[in-house]
Amino acid sequence: MSTITLIEHDGTEHSLSYENGQSVMEVATENMVPGIDADCGGECACGTCHVFIDPQWRDQLGEINLEEAQMLDMAPEKREESRLACQVRLSADDNGMVVKLPEFQM
Amino acid sequence: MKLLEPVIEKSTALVPMHLQIKGAHAFQKFKKRLGLARAIPTFTETLIPPVADLSLGEIDVSNPFLFRQGRWLEYFQRLRDESPVHYQANSPFGPFWSVTRFEDIMYVDKHHELFSAEPIISIGPQPEGIEIQTFIAMDPPKHDVQRQAVQGVVAPQNLKEMESLIRQRTCDVLDNLPVDEPFDWVDCVSIELTSRMLATLLDFPYEERRKLAFWSDVAAASPETTGGTGYTAQAFEVAGAMAKGFSELWREKEARLKSGQAPGFDLISLLLTNENTKDMIDRPMEFLGNMALLIVGGNDTTRNSMTGGVFALNQFPDELAKLKADPSLIPNMVSEIIRWQTPLAYMRRVATQDVELHGQTIKKGDKVVMWYASGNRDERAIENPDAFIIDRKNARKHLSFGFGVHRCMGNRLAEMQLKILWEELLSRFDDIEVLSEPEYVQSNFVKGYTSMQVKLTAKQG
Repeated sequence: MSTITLIEHDGTEHSLSYENGQSVMEVATENMVPGIDADCGGECACGTCHVFIDPQWRDQLGEINLEEAQMLDMAPEKREESRLACQVRLSADDNGMVVKLPEFQM
Repeated sequence: MKLLEPVIEKSTALVPMHLQIKGAHAFQKFKKRLGLARAIPTFTETLIPPVADLSLGEIDVSNPFLFRQGRWLEYFQRLRDESPVHYQANSPFGPFWSVTRFEDIMYVDKHHELFSAEPIISIGPQPEGIEIQTFIAMDPPKHDVQRQAVQGVVAPQNLKEMESLIRQRTCDVLDNLPVDEPFDWVDCVSIELTSRMLATLLDFPYEERRKLAFWSDVAAASPETTGGTGYTAQAFEVAGAMAKGFSELWREKEARLKSGQAPGFDLISLLLTNENTKDMIDRPMEFLGNMALLIVGGNDTTRNSMTGGVFALNQFPDELAKLKADPSLIPNMVSEIIRWQTPLAYMRRVATQDVELHGQTIKKGDKVVMWYASGNRDERAIENPDAFIIDRKNARKHLSFGFGVHRCMGNRLAEMQLKILWEELLSRFDDIEVLSEPEYVQSNFVKGYTSMQVKLTAKQG
């Protein structure tokens, strides 16, 4: 079974199993992980599932499209490692991936 | 015609902004005398018929009395069911399309390349001669640059610093309210609290805070823009007063910065310390636009949600009981209030190319209105949507903040203000009884209240 680890801003870790094809946002909200609001429900339209993914994982996730990049630009805490969790679809290759949450969602 | 180009474009270093606006008003009067000014519609309230009496083509949801007369629910219900992409050819604001279902609104809001926010987001145009420029009505990439310069003022990091001040100012208002006697909730609580908040964000002279609410009201109330009760002379007068007040504040903060003082965390200090906006005062309509956007964005919205929440709990008394039994429901209730009230009824776009939607062809250049007030009551997306349910699942998934690049920048501030208000209300009062039907704003844009008489019962023990 594949799992990813979500780490809240205060350091709380959540090790969560997933099915291939699920988004990181879906995995987080199904497991009620605090800190992922996902107001738009996964439409890449609100920016409230902002997460940080280290380059070692990020590079295998594919390019960020324009839509996601534009929403990320509006995040005050945006960094190089920023992604929107609703746009990150998980495959078997992502087993063990670590996803960190920002302090706030906006 | 060179003669008819905007008057207000000179550097404020040459001509003070409020004098430029005075000049623009004189010019506008001159144009009117020559018969060159655009006609301004007038609105007289008449009884709105039941929607069942009308053909689809006759339905005009731009009527600024639709909310006041309570007809909006049935009008939008009919459009959602029978004509989800609806064309009104002859409104006082000209022809426009209405998009009324949740999913379709999401589609339009997300596709800013198909639906431009320029030149303005209201159904009608801004008053001639004072067409301010604000990023809510700009497309990327210009929008992105301007928004990024100011959003820090309402970003969660800044709000954390401000939370105790917001709470203190809220408590001060609530502690001074009359108990067991009627008073106007809108004036004493909703307007007072939002004025305090705006003065805090702008570091505006605190004792003059009510000016901010008044300016904002006038800015949103032009008849040709939203069907409101404003008039031209007042619009120019307020634009002039705003220009003067905000220019003075800008110069004062600029002088403080130059003398080596650390910048404050207010809006103008942020603009002054950002490379893209530090000279904004030299672009008067942009400067005024940003100031107006911040005060309008933070005024009608939160104010009417503060009133709407009390009104909703009076209509759904079981929910008040639920809330008292479990105050941890407050954050979820805040989202539900914002959905149920939908204080701004819509945002308008203009198609940048022909777009096919539900079998209709929206032509390039057509106005498209996304009715958030309707989408938030769309039974296709929201179960039992007319009910106010404080522990509703997925309460955050509502349209009131919009979606996409123009999503409300102040959403976290709004939620925080409302959360604090309800926490402090619950700790002080057992009941907030609405004594009579509230009075409503005349507007197709602002879905809100001008007054609401209430009576408070203090908490026992």
